[in-house]
Amino acid sequence: MRIMLVDDSQTMRNVQKKILAGLGHTDIVEASDGQDALSKVGAANPELILLDWNMPNLDGMGFLKAFRQKNKATPVVMVTTEAEKARVVEAIKAGVNNYLVKPFTPDDLKSKIEVTLARAA
Amino acid sequence: MDTTYIVAFVRSVQDVAGTMLGLNVEVGAPRIHEGNNAGNDVSAIIGLSGDCVGSVALCFSSQTAAGMVGKFVGMEIDPESPDFTDGVGELANMITGGAKSRFSGNRSISISCPSVVIGHGHRVFQQTDMPVIEIPIQSECGEMLIVVSIRAAEEASVRAAG
Repeated sequence: MRIMLVDDSQTMRNVQKKILAGLGHTDIVEASDGQDALSKVGAANPELILLDWNMPNLDGMGFLKAFRQKNKATPVVMVTTEAEKARVVEAIKAGVNNYLVKPFTPDDLKSKIEVTLARAA
Repeated sequence: MDTTYIVAFVRSVQDVAGTMLGLNVEVGAPRIHEGNNAGNDVSAIIGLSGDCVGSVALCFSSQTAAGMVGKFVGMEIDPESPDFTDGVGELANMITGGAKSRFSGNRSISISCPSVVIGHGHRVFQQTDMPVIEIPIQSECGEMLIVVSIRAAEEASVRAAG
């Protein structure tokens, strides 16, 4: 399964890649912000997107709104420090399928991915 | 300064250190920041805007910062590498974002992307019209200071008008 990781922090992408590798997911496409993700997502055609919120150039919400105009099916999990209820509601309204607050454990990420993919199946 | 902000940062740094770094931290007594953090080599700075304004800086020695980032990424990290500054910035992002979620309530507050300053003996000056509190954080990696200068936006507006 191909997963797209969108986060401006290379460190956070590396941490998530390591966790994903432990879960058997090694087909990873990386993007460093929303603009980069928009330019790559069509060709990459991921089956799951893990999306940060606060990023330069184009943030996670900007990416999500643009992406959902063309693709309503691919599940997106927002992975962010933005934990306020209003933010979560805003993200869900914009089309995220699940929400994971940083900091998180490997088990937290695994659980969110499994639940999200099960719902999308 | 509203102590809610300080408590939120204490809880957040404990959460981030325990969850992402596997690190126990001891929180020292918060104190007025006198602007003298000249012993630090690395600072990560994040601004707040919206219903709360101000800034937060994480300040450490290179050794402490490298130790903490190394715990975060699960491998030894070279302070000269781009991964080092990126990791320091992400630590600041998680700690500040976690604190914001604890004190924001129904207020709308945004945080900036982190800026990282490197250089021995540099000093970080925050806004002079609001109190600046530093929270010392001890761990096996060494000491980190969280320097917090935040207040509600309406309070800032009243001061500006006065």
